[in-house]
Amino acid sequence: MLIDSAVAEKVLERALSRGGDFAELFCEDRSGFSLTIDESRVERPLAGRERGAGIRVIRGEVTRFAHVDGLAEEDLLRAAGDLSSAIGQAATRPEPVPASAAADGAEVEVDPASVPAERKADLLRELDERAREAGREVTQVTVSYSEGRRHVDVANSEGLRATDDRTRVRLGAQVVARRDGEVETGFETLGALRGFELLTDDPGRIAEEAAQKAITLVGADPAPAGETTVVVGGGFGGVLFHEMTGHGLEADAVQKGASVYAGQMGEKVAESLLTAYDDGSMPGEWGSGAIDDEGTPCRRTPLIEEGKLSSYIYDRLRARRDGTESTGNGRRESFRDLPIPRMTNTYIEPGDADPEAIIAEVDRGFYAVSFGGGQVEPATGDFVFGVAEGYLIEDGKVTRPCRGATLIGNCLQALTRIDAVGSDFEMKTGFCGKAGQRAPVGTGQGHVRIRGMTVGGTAA
Amino acid sequence: MAADGLEAIGRRAVEAAIGAGAEDAEAWAEGSRGREIRVHRDEVESLTEASERGVGVRAWIGHRSGYAFGTDLSDQGLREVAEAAAAAARVADADEHSAPPEAAGEAEEIEGLRDDAVATTETTEVIELARSIERTALAVDRITGVEEVVYVDSDGESALASSRGPSGSFAVSQCYAYLQTLAGDDGEVQTGLGFGVGRSPRDLDPEAIGTEAAEEAASMLGAGKPGSRSCPVVLADRVAASFAGFIGGALCADEVQRGRSPFADRLGQELAAPAFELVDDGLDPDGLASSPFDGEGIPRGRTRLISERRLLAYLHDSYTARRGGAASTGSASRGSYRSPPVVSPSNLIIEPGDPSLEQLLAEAGDGVYVTEVAGLHSGVNPVTGNFSVGATGREIRGGELADPVREFTIAGDLLGTLAGITAVGSDSRWVPFGGSVRSSPLLVGEMSVGGA
Repeated sequence: MLIDSAVAEKVLERALSRGGDFAELFCEDRSGFSLTIDESRVERPLAGRERGAGIRVIRGEVTRFAHVDGLAEEDLLRAAGDLSSAIGQAATRPEPVPASAAADGAEVEVDPASVPAERKADLLRELDERAREAGREVTQVTVSYSEGRRHVDVANSEGLRATDDRTRVRLGAQVVARRDGEVETGFETLGALRGFELLTDDPGRIAEEAAQKAITLVGADPAPAGETTVVVGGGFGGVLFHEMTGHGLEADAVQKGASVYAGQMGEKVAESLLTAYDDGSMPGEWGSGAIDDEGTPCRRTPLIEEGKLSSYIYDRLRARRDGTESTGNGRRESFRDLPIPRMTNTYIEPGDADPEAIIAEVDRGFYAVSFGGGQVEPATGDFVFGVAEGYLIEDGKVTRPCRGATLIGNCLQALTRIDAVGSDFEMKTGFCGKAGQRAPVGTGQGHVRIRGMTVGGTAA
Repeated sequence: MAADGLEAIGRRAVEAAIGAGAEDAEAWAEGSRGREIRVHRDEVESLTEASERGVGVRAWIGHRSGYAFGTDLSDQGLREVAEAAAAAARVADADEHSAPPEAAGEAEEIEGLRDDAVATTETTEVIELARSIERTALAVDRITGVEEVVYVDSDGESALASSRGPSGSFAVSQCYAYLQTLAGDDGEVQTGLGFGVGRSPRDLDPEAIGTEAAEEAASMLGAGKPGSRSCPVVLADRVAASFAGFIGGALCADEVQRGRSPFADRLGQELAAPAFELVDDGLDPDGLASSPFDGEGIPRGRTRLISERRLLAYLHDSYTARRGGAASTGSASRGSYRSPPVVSPSNLIIEPGDPSLEQLLAEAGDGVYVTEVAGLHSGVNPVTGNFSVGATGREIRGGELADPVREFTIAGDLLGTLAGITAVGSDSRWVPFGGSVRSSPLLVGEMSVGGA
């Protein structure tokens, strides 16, 4: 509990003192620490702590929002009063704010803030060494450690009260390899909604994996351009589904007609072998939470069931517009932001295809193991993804590594062309940016094959 | 909050850090107010009123530096931030070049960084501005919708205090508006983007912003894929801005010294086409990144980066200057008080040339006009400068704009592209992509286009 329920009630009452359908007080105490090793030197230690609140009032279709630093009662009341002043109706009476909350945070075995910073520095030194031992081609290693804790407390005028205490820990390793004047980069991460215990099981492997990727790529030929069959790898490969389909299912884009999936509910958007979920309740996963940032419990939402579109991704506001319930996806970066519909952990359910067979059935194609990132235009469905690690498939075998490839296409089309989903499965962690807000998200899948995609390459 | 109040907070934070065991310390305090308004179908969808304040402290102990920030500006809060900064410094490894910046001359006031109109313009007026942007766009033929019009402004003050010398404060206002339009025909949807930036709402031209987005979307209807080939490419000003931002990033000495830039070891070399001149200008009152001094108190300046074919300078903060035996170019930048200063371009200026856009297209003859690129973060290798990014635009045929094209890539490498710029257009405007860039269209003699 960050705030006394009597204070919360007063703030909500003030926010609705001149009318409105809904008011919410979101309080947050966030803190974090990060540290980097670069050129084998531990540097950039960064610690921060912020406390503050965001208050919103919704009347009809209009949302008014204000945020303040600190949780002082007079500041909250003043902000709530400013919000209410523009409305000018009879007061709306909020429901009483319960003193106890509905949800609590995931359990953390080892609070990262309790671990001496020196131990984190040693961990970075260990990863730096692991990466450098991976091969003579390794010329640069950068590893970052970050921990963050978000204690949130939500109360709204409908009588909801919920809290969550989210601790996340993440390591990211970036390795540059050089050979004969050519330079390539490999990247690997490890992150979870967990405490420092996440890092007890050989975290050094990610440094080695990042180094291996860079070394593999440094000898690679430029990727050829053209239309071909693409096999997308497990884990990081899930970024493709997140970008090309997930964003188009977020209800804000759908309601503005800025999604190719608008009006497609219940329609067949893929072959029946495809089932996909968004699941913020996966224990310990990077994108998970007990509740979202509006106090709705996180849950598993089927997005596509056997090829048919089965749900959009909702926060409260967009759910109300569609006459449905929030799917627990109202997320915000901090108390300074309005909640918007966001993915949590999004994944394609494992299918029944043997991942090796998925590749063996391809005469000529491209194997995209991981993406450097991507971008999609939700209104048109056009997307582009940079392939961080990719290989040619020749006569059913993964042969030469390729660098500089991009996948370009249209998501409606690409989704219908998925003709195999592997039985393997892996989740990976990332950050997703939307409307200027950054959110931790998980992506997952096994091997997935897409027929007829455009690979943009740099080969002449 | 008054700037002298922020300076006093900064001084108290510095004292607290020294008290916590730091040998030297520097504090950056900020206070700002701002609005964000989103309009959709003539209705205000959301209206945000933001007020923010906070402080960040950088502490040094024996060539080790650490950083901490917080929002609690009470004496107790400042003490906690200062102690966290000193504790953080003890974790870092010693680095002989890590030390507080030495005072480097007086920073001069810049007129015009703040327009009082940002504070005096009523919210109802800026809502009307956003609405008129939307109306303008919707009035254009074949426009079926506007995703939303976003208006954002901020009015803030920043202050720096240091145990070594530099101190001061300045006030800056800025605002911008943008929208995405949808154009449709027979089930097809195309999008277009329009934007404007300035110091206050009176710098924004709603007609121009709305029209740009609408015309772009409408012009894209019926887009196909261009044929894969090597051909002349004209980069529209927005795309040129992203390209300039990519170059500016690679010219930051931090990247150069750490061997992560294609420009490493190339100072003084002839590597660019004569038509292309690039300047970093932290003093231009119209540039939203301008300020009297940088994120560590060094006066901002004007640095010629690429001129007469040659690479003339890297961008330095005090750390990279000490490490590289150079002088700081006043390029320590801060996203906010939440992050320590890092080397970054301020405003990048592409010096405009003589030809109009029409003349650039005529000179290209047959090629592609690129109006937008996507995937800059993933499709660019900052170490080698190789890039392959998704693009949208128009075919150029017979020296004129022809069919719209999308879903293609343009690929190349930074140095090759830099050497291949055959002309720079005369039209010039501020673009907020790739940082703050005063940009002009560029004609590149040959680029690899990957399409059908």
